[in-house]
Amino acid sequence: MSRVANGYVDYRVSVAFVGTVLKFLAVAPLFPLVLALYYGENPLPFIVTSAVMVALGFGLEQLRGDGDLGNREAFLLVSLSWLVVPLVGTVPYLVAGTGTVGSLTVGGFVNALFESMSGFTTTGATVLGTISVDTHGHAMLMWRQLSQWLGGMGILVLMVAILPELSVGGAQVMNQEAPGLSIEKLTPRIQETARALWGIYAAFTVAAAVVYFLIGAVGIAPEMDLYNAVAHALTTMPTGGFSPQGRSIEAFAPAIQWAVMPFMIVAGTNFALFWYVFDGEPRRLTDNPEFRSYLLAMGVFGVTISALLLAGLGLATDPENVAVIPGNVENSLRQGLFQVISIVTTTGYASMDFNTWHPAAQTVLLFAFFLGGSAGSAAGSIKIVRWVLVSKSMSRSLFTSIHPDAVHPVRFGREAVDESTIRDVFVFVMIFLTLFAASTVLIYLDSLRTGLELTPLEAMSVAIATLGNIGPGFGVVGPMNNFLPFSPAAKLYMVFLMWIGRLEILSVLVILTPSFWRR
Amino acid sequence: MRVVIVGAGEVGSNIAESLAQTHDVVVVDRDPEMVDALTYSHDVLPIQGDGTDVDTLEEADVGDAEMVIASTDDDETNIVTCGAANVLGDAFTIARTKSPKYLKAWERGRHAFGVDFMVCTDLLTAEAIVGLAGLPTAQDVDTFVDGLVQMTEFKIPEGSPVAGQTVAEADKFDSLTFAGILRADEIIIPSGTTRLRAGDDVVAIGSPDSMRQFSSAIAPQEDGPQDIVIVGGGEIGYQTARLLEERGFTPRLIEQDEERARWLAEKLPKTTVLNSDATDQELLERENIGLADVVVAALENDQQNLLATLLAKRMGTDRAIAVVDTGDFSDLFEAVGIDVAVSPRKVTAEEITRFTRARRAENVAIIEGDQAEVLEFEIDAESLLVDRPIQESAADFPEGVVIGAITRDGERITPRGDTVVRKGDHVVVFAETAVLETVTEQL
Repeated sequence: MSRVANGYVDYRVSVAFVGTVLKFLAVAPLFPLVLALYYGENPLPFIVTSAVMVALGFGLEQLRGDGDLGNREAFLLVSLSWLVVPLVGTVPYLVAGTGTVGSLTVGGFVNALFESMSGFTTTGATVLGTISVDTHGHAMLMWRQLSQWLGGMGILVLMVAILPELSVGGAQVMNQEAPGLSIEKLTPRIQETARALWGIYAAFTVAAAVVYFLIGAVGIAPEMDLYNAVAHALTTMPTGGFSPQGRSIEAFAPAIQWAVMPFMIVAGTNFALFWYVFDGEPRRLTDNPEFRSYLLAMGVFGVTISALLLAGLGLATDPENVAVIPGNVENSLRQGLFQVISIVTTTGYASMDFNTWHPAAQTVLLFAFFLGGSAGSAAGSIKIVRWVLVSKSMSRSLFTSIHPDAVHPVRFGREAVDESTIRDVFVFVMIFLTLFAASTVLIYLDSLRTGLELTPLEAMSVAIATLGNIGPGFGVVGPMNNFLPFSPAAKLYMVFLMWIGRLEILSVLVILTPSFWRR
Repeated sequence: MRVVIVGAGEVGSNIAESLAQTHDVVVVDRDPEMVDALTYSHDVLPIQGDGTDVDTLEEADVGDAEMVIASTDDDETNIVTCGAANVLGDAFTIARTKSPKYLKAWERGRHAFGVDFMVCTDLLTAEAIVGLAGLPTAQDVDTFVDGLVQMTEFKIPEGSPVAGQTVAEADKFDSLTFAGILRADEIIIPSGTTRLRAGDDVVAIGSPDSMRQFSSAIAPQEDGPQDIVIVGGGEIGYQTARLLEERGFTPRLIEQDEERARWLAEKLPKTTVLNSDATDQELLERENIGLADVVVAALENDQQNLLATLLAKRMGTDRAIAVVDTGDFSDLFEAVGIDVAVSPRKVTAEEITRFTRARRAENVAIIEGDQAEVLEFEIDAESLLVDRPIQESAADFPEGVVIGAITRDGERITPRGDTVVRKGDHVVVFAETAVLETVTEQL
């Protein structure tokens, strides 16, 4: 990569590219705009948003000099985009002025920013007090869904797919944005790789919408109309978790809950593997060690919780709106698996309020928060591949303490993993866990300050739910509750956690180091 | 048949020696001294020149030759020689290569580089080592009829329960035939009353299973090797470990170079690769090399191999196999206590000779010192054996011939007096060198 003459980061290149990103994103609000016109709702928020995006985009683009998008500029571009886009994403909420995210005060703005960041980072945590089309309108709730869909595969991956000028820095940009160890180039051209990934992502979204709609149309789940089918498809595939329904997936019949599960599993799988499947190599998916560990982890956690629920040990209080669980095999299996798949893939949907669970079952679920889906998927948190590598290098250490001369590469499937990757994995896991611990403490302290009653489990769940881009936690932030009770300061901190969590921490931390800005 | 051999090193001159009696052999070498030496030692036509040079090949009259054997120490030279020979005529070309990478490409196309048959030294050596490592007391192993039949040369150690027994007493195995006994440079065709002695080399032909059983009858204290240590991770060491992995072993491999060790560890998932000096006694003790069943030394040179295997032997290893680059040292190694010395050059020369002779027979193994051969034939209508019980046809064969094994439609048949041989059967025969010609014609 070429360097800028004076050795500093040429931030203007990055900022100008953020402008380009905004300019192209101006198309996105047109979808809720059409809905607003169809439902006879206020179209102004989306017109204003689109206009702001175009104006700001062109404005920022004026900064473009003749510098190249190098390594450091790519880092800066990714972090900046993920800050600027959610900021602009607050405009529709603020213009509409409805609910907790609409008031033009500091608190209202923080709420809008929280909702927008939670959307684009596919977290799914919400501060909407009441989630209802009656308060916010169909169009506004669809904007919320759409923001998750755009963020899921990555705004910048989308830009690489569209913009030819990103053919050189594109791989670098995608590497920073895509979750996992490193991107896999599927085709000789990075642009085609980005298009392939977005194509697969879009295709699965359409498939999910069709399946949901058909189940609703045949009368098994009458609540699932076209609007809900599209809205939920848009947040299943990015592992987002927003729902226009206040009771999330609990609002739909069991058939829908079963149908959502496979799509969540797909969303938490490395999309590159599907590319090979469509290319006629299905074994690349079924033999993939991460995919197998991923399924195994969900199976083990899911069956454990299902067994607890079936035996009646998993429930502390009777949940509302849900059929009797203890002794009912289908219901306990569905509730156990659904919650585990939703959490492991970091989607954050809920088919029941797991606040009613016994702490034993809740603790099992808390560990599932840390797993995360596969690398190269839309999922957040630590990711299965990292856990597999960590456990393998631990057993390696045990082996080499008996055979000090042994050369024992850590293997992932048949491939040996190089040592620098192992080191990076350990660093990431350590930073993630440290940040989780520190955030738990900070959130706890802030709740003391504001007089919000939190249990340790709840405080931990808040930290991991935002840092891991999962969404719901336990207690006050349970799946049917929201993050509204926290102070604006705490919410801003959570916005920060969601931001760095989506970009896997290091991409953001690196631009905060002094050496990034020096020669 | 006119045969042109390019390269008069150990491999080339070995092949020349064994072919000279029956063929017109032309040997090409760049080194005038080698060429001179050949003139006097063998009945061949030596030509001094570069084998990759078309002029030299024309001088050797490759156009009229039926076979060209490229056996220099350089892989690329051998391949280019075969390619050039291909342009000049339609001789059958054989190339010797060291690295298996060329073999890989050749196996895909079977005529890649204009080579009709490729012999990979390192792979052959590794195969020989693996065959030997699997069978304690085995001196030489060759397979026939796609692995259905195995020929093994066993050495009867001192104190073996088999020593002193008659052949009839020792032969408790259905599908095994004692074909010959090598005793003091002499070949004995055993009968039921022949007594086995310690120090004898017994040539047995039969199923691979019966070979293992006989092996443990000879040395009952060893129940087949479990723990195999390979010293030296060069190509031979790597291939040996790879083949052992394929056979279900989990060997240990000691390699001194750190980068190479890492490479090996990545390529060999079931092998424990140790990065250390193989002559570091502390390491050998820490890793309990003395308890290993087999230690294979495949280091850079003969001295290191000798040292490593001697050390291992001294620490108590049951069996030491050393790779010997200079074929002449083989006897010396075995004299000082190394169980088997494997010479890559000898193995290669043998394989190439095997192949040239196998044009009459399906496959050939040469017994130590060229005293006898084990041959595989497919029975045709003209064969002496066809449609007759063995008892009857045996009388028509000369002395010094033993029928070791018969296979029909991919199944083994144990040869008995009344077994009737049919057309299309494969027969594995042990024959002394003196009667080879006759036997080949009769079958």
